[in-house]
Amino acid sequence: MSDPAVSQARAPRRRLLLVAVLLVPLALVSLLVGAGPLPLGTLLSDPQALQVLAVSRIPRTAAVLLTGAAMAVAGVIMQLLVRNRFVEPGTTGTSEAAMLGLLAVTLLAPGAPILVKMLAAAGAALAGTGVFMLLARRIPPHQVLLIPLSGLVYGGLLMACATFIAIEAGLLQYLGVWMSGEFSGILAGRYELLWLAGGLALLAYFAADQFTIAGLGRDVSLNLGLRYGRVLGFGIVTVSLVSSLVIVTVGMLPFIGLVVPNLVSRLMGDNLRESLPVVAAAGAGLLLVCDILGRVLRYPYEIPAGTVFGIFGAAVFLYLLLGRQANG
Amino acid sequence: MIQVSNLSFGPAANPILQGIDAEIPAGRVTALIGPNGAGKSTLLKLIARQLTASSGRIRMDGMDLAQTVPAQLACKMAVVAQHLSVASRVRVRDLIGFGRWPHSAGRLGVADHAAIANAVELFDLGDLQTRFLDELSGGQRQRAFIAMAYVQDTDWLLLDEPLNNLDLHHARNLMAQLRHLTELQGRGIVIVVHDLNYAISWSDHVVALRDGKVAFQGPVAAAATAERLSALYQTPVAITRLGGQPFAQYHR
Repeated sequence: MSDPAVSQARAPRRRLLLVAVLLVPLALVSLLVGAGPLPLGTLLSDPQALQVLAVSRIPRTAAVLLTGAAMAVAGVIMQLLVRNRFVEPGTTGTSEAAMLGLLAVTLLAPGAPILVKMLAAAGAALAGTGVFMLLARRIPPHQVLLIPLSGLVYGGLLMACATFIAIEAGLLQYLGVWMSGEFSGILAGRYELLWLAGGLALLAYFAADQFTIAGLGRDVSLNLGLRYGRVLGFGIVTVSLVSSLVIVTVGMLPFIGLVVPNLVSRLMGDNLRESLPVVAAAGAGLLLVCDILGRVLRYPYEIPAGTVFGIFGAAVFLYLLLGRQANG
Repeated sequence: MIQVSNLSFGPAANPILQGIDAEIPAGRVTALIGPNGAGKSTLLKLIARQLTASSGRIRMDGMDLAQTVPAQLACKMAVVAQHLSVASRVRVRDLIGFGRWPHSAGRLGVADHAAIANAVELFDLGDLQTRFLDELSGGQRQRAFIAMAYVQDTDWLLLDEPLNNLDLHHARNLMAQLRHLTELQGRGIVIVVHDLNYAISWSDHVVALRDGKVAFQGPVAAAATAERLSALYQTPVAITRLGGQPFAQYHR
């Protein structure tokens, strides 16, 4: 066997290790930074500090890591299934449809438990994503930018419906909360649904080969004996559930699913068996950086992590778009 | 043998293929020829089950294709499509590895790696194996996909205009390799070709289509005569012999 093939096989593990090693100090910083100071020296002897750690800081750090990882994984799955680099749950109507579902259940059954609300959001997200997939199929694949643009218009339409309903029903505040993803309200007992999102991302890893093959197109999938429809279905269900879980617990976090997979793909390609762990770790790490920045930039006030990531993400997105044009 | 019986495709008023009856022999190279829009690629896609016929049936070595599950078929037949637009970044070696998927379901064993290494060598992809598909030229990408179909190790290999993007050297090399596969491994190869000379000099059998119907079919030597080819393309075609091979002269 030739050397390039061997070194190619080792490179992904090294990259994953690198990102994972970076995550540890980041998580430690996240545990110590916040409105209430947690001095490292007296941490273990101070029962109040320990309580802050257990009730607020550890849950918050876990929530950020799980959200970042799950959203990045949802984004890369969406990109492979639509076969377009510029889609993610925020540009395919998935998030907006989830909010419509959430709005509907809030109106019809205000007292429903959070799991029911989440399932309503997921059902709506599934329908919304399905409609987008049908729409995208009619757009020639070489119209690379038309697909995300159509998705943005479609998502905008859904959002307009949601806003109208929210105004009529006096629920505009709810919509505002769902739309800006942030972690300041995360406490033990209020974020655990996110473990489910993390579990779904992990489950997706077992279908990594299938998603990679599906990304090569329907004909190649059929040729290799893959049940293309099933892979598509599994992918859409995963993406819808992850998006809904995130919106219900922390709110919408655009750009993670777009930016992280693109960055990782540049470095190591789209063979998910290799790249999915790196995508997840990088998503978790980047979101954690944004959340920590949000906590310290206007200390003791907070800037939502979604806003910080939005600024960073928009810049990277523009760079990717312009870079693409420069390449021809 | 692939047996196509009474196969039709497309709207009844304006069918793309109509009442196709054809026999494609096993262990031979068969060329699907005919003018533009005759339905060659459509017939190939119907055999590959990328399209579903409006009526008629296709049998492959006795199996009714409509009754076969995809995973079973993937061990029987490999297909290389004409348009290989790829949006995702997959390395050439990984792509070829996916050709083993029907057999290994993702767990590549020693034999699988040997098959992949063999295909890399056979299709001259050694320098390209760690490159990403979106960094390759059309011809290089085509060779990568053909190598993937090759490692699928199937009785049948279907190729839709595989010579399209290839230069003289690689086109000739590919045809020689296909011949080789037929003669040494007894694989049946069905290939859509535009270049008449590649068709008649490298294949054993032809199926000629015109306006969605079979114009003629049979062994190359007997079926592909100058009169029939002239009528097929509505262009004067003369067949001469050049270095022991039939040569079609139609350029002027």
